[in-house]
Amino acid sequence: MRNVASTLITRTVKKLAMDANVDIGSSFLDALRQALKEETSKLGKTVLEQIIENDEIARRESEPMCQDTGMVVVFVEVGYTVRLDGDLYDAINEGIRQAYDEGKLRKSITPDPIDRSNTGDNTPAIIHTRLVPGEKIKITLAPKGAGSENMSLVKMLIPSDGLEGIRTLMLHTIFEAGGKPCPPLIIGVGIGGNLEKSALIAKEALMRDIDDVHPDPNIAKLEQAWLDDINKLGVGPMGFGGKTTALAVKIATYPCHIASLPVAINIQCHASRHQSAVI
Amino acid sequence: MKLSTPLHDTDIAALKAGDVVYISGTIYTGRDAVHKRLVDVLAKGETPPIDFKGQVIYYTGPTPAKEGRPIGSCGPTSAYRMDAYALPLMQAGLKVMIGKGDRSETFIRDMIREKAVYLQAVGGAGALLARTVVKAEIIAYADLGAEAIYRLVVVDFPAIVTYDIHGGNLVKEQVAKYQQISLP
Repeated sequence: MRNVASTLITRTVKKLAMDANVDIGSSFLDALRQALKEETSKLGKTVLEQIIENDEIARRESEPMCQDTGMVVVFVEVGYTVRLDGDLYDAINEGIRQAYDEGKLRKSITPDPIDRSNTGDNTPAIIHTRLVPGEKIKITLAPKGAGSENMSLVKMLIPSDGLEGIRTLMLHTIFEAGGKPCPPLIIGVGIGGNLEKSALIAKEALMRDIDDVHPDPNIAKLEQAWLDDINKLGVGPMGFGGKTTALAVKIATYPCHIASLPVAINIQCHASRHQSAVI
Repeated sequence: MKLSTPLHDTDIAALKAGDVVYISGTIYTGRDAVHKRLVDVLAKGETPPIDFKGQVIYYTGPTPAKEGRPIGSCGPTSAYRMDAYALPLMQAGLKVMIGKGDRSETFIRDMIREKAVYLQAVGGAGALLARTVVKAEIIAYADLGAEAIYRLVVVDFPAIVTYDIHGGNLVKEQVAKYQQISLP
């Protein structure tokens, strides 16, 4: 057994939340700069320039890159042999509470979806836990904005729809969303599982690094082909037209029922904020 | 093109979809919760906290200001969520709405009829746009926190004319120009 103090979880979550909101990371900035080089639309270029300048200011001055500092999604992998001295969920939420207070981040959570008041501290987070072998805890944290989340969906396709059906659904979803989800986008595609599993793996796919390559070469090829298709839609940066509608497609699959083909399209805006730490 | 608030009908008529404008002067913030209240107030015939004539509403909910700064990050939020509330505000004199993303055909028709315009600022550029704000104060509905109405004084706030009163629609025109694949 390894004993871990819940205060360590809190401190780690706090740091991840504060850092994620102000620092988009070098690889993402590189991807934006590359897109700026390749973009041919004048307005598209103007938008990309503003986004790059914005992200540089945010990093330099520890200012949130976007005022929508999100609802926080946390993936936690807990080693079997870890023993915590307190409640894991309370420890995570306390970290978020402290980060959103000290970091001057916006509190955007309503405790009741019907009454629409505000919890005042940006909790609770949405926490997904998984037990894994070992004695470590891995925390991946993502403040997820509502502009792009609102444009996401799950659709229960049927087996005969096949890959073409998934591609069609994805292209329609992105085209109809236009500028609302703040392109250039990252597209998480969850294929298989069931209703909730497809959504979960789509979200998890968004936690991958912008420039990583899927280990399955067939999926890697599909991600590139679909990215090329998306960038022919013409939506462009912030929907003003252009060839930079998305920067990456990240696909995740899971076994599913012989009668089903669940598909989740989780859209991520260009403020693609996620950070990880291992305790 | 430079614009100063408040705006007159001649200013509005001169704007064409695709124009990049730099706004200076007083503008007001408001998003979902504020719009719901303003529409209720107008429906009851009460006096709203803003005189809308010639005014600008910026759809944003800023992050809290850091020490020594007037405002935190303050980029635009999606405008379509305000479509259901926009008409009474335009009828009260509102001339400019700034947000991000497309809006409904109904909104565009109403907007043209009321001789108002819709501009977009760059979504997710909240830290950059905050640099154009020199003063910010809450003037109404403080209980709504980030969603309260702020009066902002801005200098050269950058925005892009998206729908104009002459029927110009930047999104439709530009996307069609760059679209190279037909939707299956």
